[in-house]
Amino acid sequence: MNDARQAAVVGVAESDDIGIVPDKSTLQLQGEASLNALTDAGLTLKDVDGLFTAGFRTTEVAEYLGIQPRYFDGTHVGGSSFVVHLGHAAAAIASGRIEVALIVHGESGRSGIGLPASGSSPQGMEGQFEHPYGMPGAPGAYAMACARHMHQYGTTHEQLAEIAVAARKWAQLNERAFKRDPLSIDDVMASPIISWPFRKLDCCLVTDAAGAVVLTSTQRAKDLDARAVRVIGWGEGHDHQIISQMPDLTSGPGRISGPDAFAMAGVAHDDIDVAQIYDSFTYTVLTTLEDIGFCNKGEGGDFVSGGRIAPGGDLALNTSGGGLSYTHPGMFGIFTIIECVRQLRGSFSSQGQRQIENAKIGLVHGTGGKLSATGTAILAVE
Amino acid sequence: MTDYTKPLPKSDPVTAPFWDSLRRKAVEVQCCEDCNQFLFYPRAHCPACGSRALTWKPVSGRGTIYTMTIVEKTGNRNFKQDCPYVVALVELEEGCRMMSNIIDVTPAPQDVRIGMPVEIVYDAVTDDVTLPKFRPVAG
Repeated sequence: MNDARQAAVVGVAESDDIGIVPDKSTLQLQGEASLNALTDAGLTLKDVDGLFTAGFRTTEVAEYLGIQPRYFDGTHVGGSSFVVHLGHAAAAIASGRIEVALIVHGESGRSGIGLPASGSSPQGMEGQFEHPYGMPGAPGAYAMACARHMHQYGTTHEQLAEIAVAARKWAQLNERAFKRDPLSIDDVMASPIISWPFRKLDCCLVTDAAGAVVLTSTQRAKDLDARAVRVIGWGEGHDHQIISQMPDLTSGPGRISGPDAFAMAGVAHDDIDVAQIYDSFTYTVLTTLEDIGFCNKGEGGDFVSGGRIAPGGDLALNTSGGGLSYTHPGMFGIFTIIECVRQLRGSFSSQGQRQIENAKIGLVHGTGGKLSATGTAILAVE
Repeated sequence: MTDYTKPLPKSDPVTAPFWDSLRRKAVEVQCCEDCNQFLFYPRAHCPACGSRALTWKPVSGRGTIYTMTIVEKTGNRNFKQDCPYVVALVELEEGCRMMSNIIDVTPAPQDVRIGMPVEIVYDAVTDDVTLPKFRPVAG
């Protein structure tokens, strides 16, 4: 690739308020995050010529923001969309089609103000072959996959709980995190069952929040004050839509997107200083670590045990507190990018333990639908 | 005449033979004439090999629980009064998997398990729709 056209993230931000924001609509939150990320980059709405969004049509978001993009991508693969967009935006910048890409997502997930329409037809495949049995959406689908993993590999409830506990320990270092109370494995195990084998604390938060990411070419980035974080590899994959059609209940499409991202970046797992992996449920992290190659299939439970992904552990994972403890408005993927960029910029260096010292290479990974789709990207600073 | 309030499937031209067979209490599933695989849900081609040569065949209605969840809390108001209940993927003897409920069992992990043999129960929830449910095989 022409190095001058390699894409770099130059701006990241959340909406002004996150958590419980009952007085702001979904589009308003997205507008705030967009303006904040552009300010972070030293750019304005007028500079944006590429728009990437999911959930809402790009026309709706562009109209609200007041921009007329010449390139747009509404790829909607649930929470993985925005990591997928990161690769698509980087390709559009590399090919010279656009100079400045804006990726934005947010939802009034808790307060429910101005959400996009949803629902499915009784004649659709989910409507015919899953809904009549009371399939409870994402928690039930991920629980089914997790139950199979536990059966096949001996993965335990306690190992899943390790993931929730580690996320909470990171959240205690993040003043914007929604949940910061101390949490133990026993607390997770004692929380009520939602959809067995998942307990309440295996499941992500529901919050109001938006996030946005601004990219441009490394050449253009030199003219900006913001510290640029290069996008050096990406991959994407999907292998089903509804959970009853998942080819292998224990292995998701991260097995496609992960290796593609590593191969393109030319780095190995040991090179990753910080990883932000979508945690819609504890199990999502466990299977993703296996799928993208941090450990072998079936070994995810051992990999996360003993505080290995908590502060001070071997792999700095979900250093914001993730969707389990920081924020989760509906599709968390955009926040994996924001946190990774901040870590690579050293944004938390004045905050002690949350900053991963000398972090140079980071991994972001989104999962969408019912373990249906994934995007993996690898970011780097010099 | 029915007061059934839960979601009902609406068939399309390709899936109608499946739903029709359930009303007759003789479940049929498509089989590919070229690669001999049974497939589910119904399609106009075989997802394994791409062949359009598909035949509807009666299946035994027996299988095992491939995976499951026990729903204790649901946001779906039509099912709240049923909690806890079991949603499972049943692997039929013929090899394809079907989502359903496991009934006639205590909805607890020690009583309903992955690998448990099950058999079909025809649940005529309305005059038009019979849902396939499964129960543990006796003995």
